Amino acid sequence: MAAQTQAQFYAALKKYYSFYTGGFIAFVIVLAILEQLGLPPVWIGYIFLAATIALYAGIGIMSKTADVAEYYVAGRRVPAVFNGMATGADWMSAASFIGMAGTLYATGYDGLAFVMGWTGGYVLVALFLAPYLRKFGQFTIPDFLGARYGGNLPRLIGVFSAIICSFVYVVAQIYGVGLITSRFTGLEFQIGVFVGLAGILVCSFLGGMRAVTWTQVAQYIILIIAYMIPVVWLSVKHTGNPIPQIAYGQALQAVSAKEKELNDPNTALGAAEASVRAIHKEKQAEWEAKIKMLDEAIAAGTADAIYAEERAKVERKLADLKADPNADAKAISEAEKALKDFPPTVAKLREDWKKKADAAKAKAGPVPAHAEAFPGKGAEKKLLASNPNATPEEIAAARAEDAKESDIKRRNFLALVFCLMVGTAALPHILMRYYTTPSVREARVSVAWSLFFIFLLYFTAPALAVLVKYEVYTNLVGSSFAALPAWVANWAAVDATLMKIVDLNKDGLVQLAEITIGSDLVVLATPEIAGLPYVISGMVAAGGLAAALSTADGLLLTISNALSHDVYYKMLDPNAPTTRRLAVSKGLLLVVAVLAAYTASLKPGDILFLVGAAFSLAASAFFPALVMGVFWKRANQVGAVIGMLAGLGVCMYYMYTTYEFFGGTTANQWWDIKPIAAGIFGVPVGFLGVIIGSLLSPAPAKEIQELVDHVRYPSLEGDIETRAT
Amino acid sequence: MQLTEKHREYWRRNLRLTGILLAIWFVATYVVSYFARELNEIVILGFPLGFYMGAQGALIIYVVIIWYYAHSMNKLDREYGVHEGED
Repeated sequence: MAAQTQAQFYAALKKYYSFYTGGFIAFVIVLAILEQLGLPPVWIGYIFLAATIALYAGIGIMSKTADVAEYYVAGRRVPAVFNGMATGADWMSAASFIGMAGTLYATGYDGLAFVMGWTGGYVLVALFLAPYLRKFGQFTIPDFLGARYGGNLPRLIGVFSAIICSFVYVVAQIYGVGLITSRFTGLEFQIGVFVGLAGILVCSFLGGMRAVTWTQVAQYIILIIAYMIPVVWLSVKHTGNPIPQIAYGQALQAVSAKEKELNDPNTALGAAEASVRAIHKEKQAEWEAKIKMLDEAIAAGTADAIYAEERAKVERKLADLKADPNADAKAISEAEKALKDFPPTVAKLREDWKKKADAAKAKAGPVPAHAEAFPGKGAEKKLLASNPNATPEEIAAARAEDAKESDIKRRNFLALVFCLMVGTAALPHILMRYYTTPSVREARVSVAWSLFFIFLLYFTAPALAVLVKYEVYTNLVGSSFAALPAWVANWAAVDATLMKIVDLNKDGLVQLAEITIGSDLVVLATPEIAGLPYVISGMVAAGGLAAALSTADGLLLTISNALSHDVYYKMLDPNAPTTRRLAVSKGLLLVVAVLAAYTASLKPGDILFLVGAAFSLAASAFFPALVMGVFWKRANQVGAVIGMLAGLGVCMYYMYTTYEFFGGTTANQWWDIKPIAAGIFGVPVGFLGVIIGSLLSPAPAKEIQELVDHVRYPSLEGDIETRAT
Repeated sequence: MQLTEKHREYWRRNLRLTGILLAIWFVATYVVSYFARELNEIVILGFPLGFYMGAQGALIIYVVIIWYYAHSMNKLDREYGVHEGED
């Protein structure tokens, strides 16, 4: 390989991956034929799981390496396009692949914060970081902080922040792997987690960045094919146009018209809808009354009695079912599950009831408009509905209330977009990828390819959400319970958290408020809605798995590199021989992976919040110090330390005081900004910290200023050398 | 290592380009989202404009910004003789 030129290497890569893509498509076609011949779906699930993990393992084994530069930065010869694909896979997690379209389905315009935030951040990567980090050319992000600001302290803070953000994120990925494996093969969730873990480890453990890079390219190809095929098919089915991003305009109009109809009690559909909403309203009142009773009991110190009574009810139901010779097995297993999942404490019981009350409340209200930006509370509509003769003052007050709510939503939307963008440009596992290109020129082009490959999925997701909504609003709502579409019946039977449909008002027809859809369903059920064979569903699961595995790989590598390279090699034992450095790195990788899998197998509750929080934390800790390090020569060690600690500190403090999980309350919020967007405060404080700290202390040494010139120019005469080998 | 006036000019032009592209990014993201309610009144091909900008339009602009930056900077490198050797 060493004798190969970059051009030959590039040509060879193109050939391999073209064959690979053709091979994958052929594999899917063969499975489709086998399915027609009668291969049962569960086997298709197993074959996809086993074949793709074996494939990734194969690439991992072929790329195993004992060379430090290969292990940390894939030998710095990954061409721009391939690095773009690898970054795309590294970036898009299970949440993007499976969750994004579902979030957009549920939240409409508000969900677009994620679409914009997770793509627009690459503009910052391209303009402020990627080319300069590539010129600097070492192994990790803390490396840059260490060299630019001198001393171990900036490096250590960098390591600490990199580990917090990446660990939270990797737990969420492994959790996603467990979910997908268990859903498509019927394995237990905990076993699924460890099966997935094996898939992650064979890759990163053997060949570090090199193996991870080439596997990620393979994973990107699978995930993008798996995402696009069902959407294009669905788009053709509903609109006759194979480009969903353009075609879904008509579907969106139909959806908007339907929303109006469903919210208007004078139409037949609207009247039926209103009757179901009334039932939800009653339920809401029931749950709220129970919560009130529990609160009173807690105050009086008799809550334990109520808890025991509630639990006894569940136990009695199970006992009755078991005693009944005619009870069906499904009802018994449901009752057993209810007892098993019964909240373990009074506080959890209250939380559970509160969730039920909130769910009923959401369904008791009108359908929100999908495309409407920052809707208000609906106070004006509510007032006019309950009191048609309201005075102008009352109407004005309701309007002001709506406008206030709308402005708060807008503020939070903008703040969240900001945090996600800056966070994207500060997550070490993404920035690290730009160390692997052969030159600064390629690094710049590579960011463009990265965003292009990510863009393909993100600009499809809003279209998919609307197309599925169109299906639900026009084909499912108003249909008869006796003849539900096959996909609805299938998913309702598989998993009630994904699809639940009950004829609440007993009219035999489906109303929107009778359907509960889990956000993961949108992507998972699309192949069936589009009328595609099961093999495509298997492919979608394989795509989701590829998305989760590739992100987990990149993150694990970031954590273990921060520990082994930055802490062990740079700080503890700078004379360590190569073999020992790699051994330490691999050992740590294993420990971190097992730790993350163990944490994921406990099913931590607030995982989604924590992932969002990782963006704010990364943004506050890294972005100011990194950008100022390139663009302001005067920035020095004191400034960087103060800036990073202050940014991180403010961000954590804000989350701590405002997020319920940590015992905070919303009353502590500043300008009603939600804790997930804490970076909106942390980033400016970080910048201020860098500026003030630097100005109060002496300018950095001449060597440091030369380092800044060095990273600014792709090539200089008499240049210094910072590349690590 | 001594920087010449030419080097400084290269850096100034880089900063100017970065600034302009950042401004476009800012408008496409924050200004457009800020006025999303008003832009939604305009409907093109069935899409309320504010919604479409967030869902697709902004993304297209981002891709173009990054592509343009890579293209211009690689050209600027050659113009000022700070490009890397072929490897």
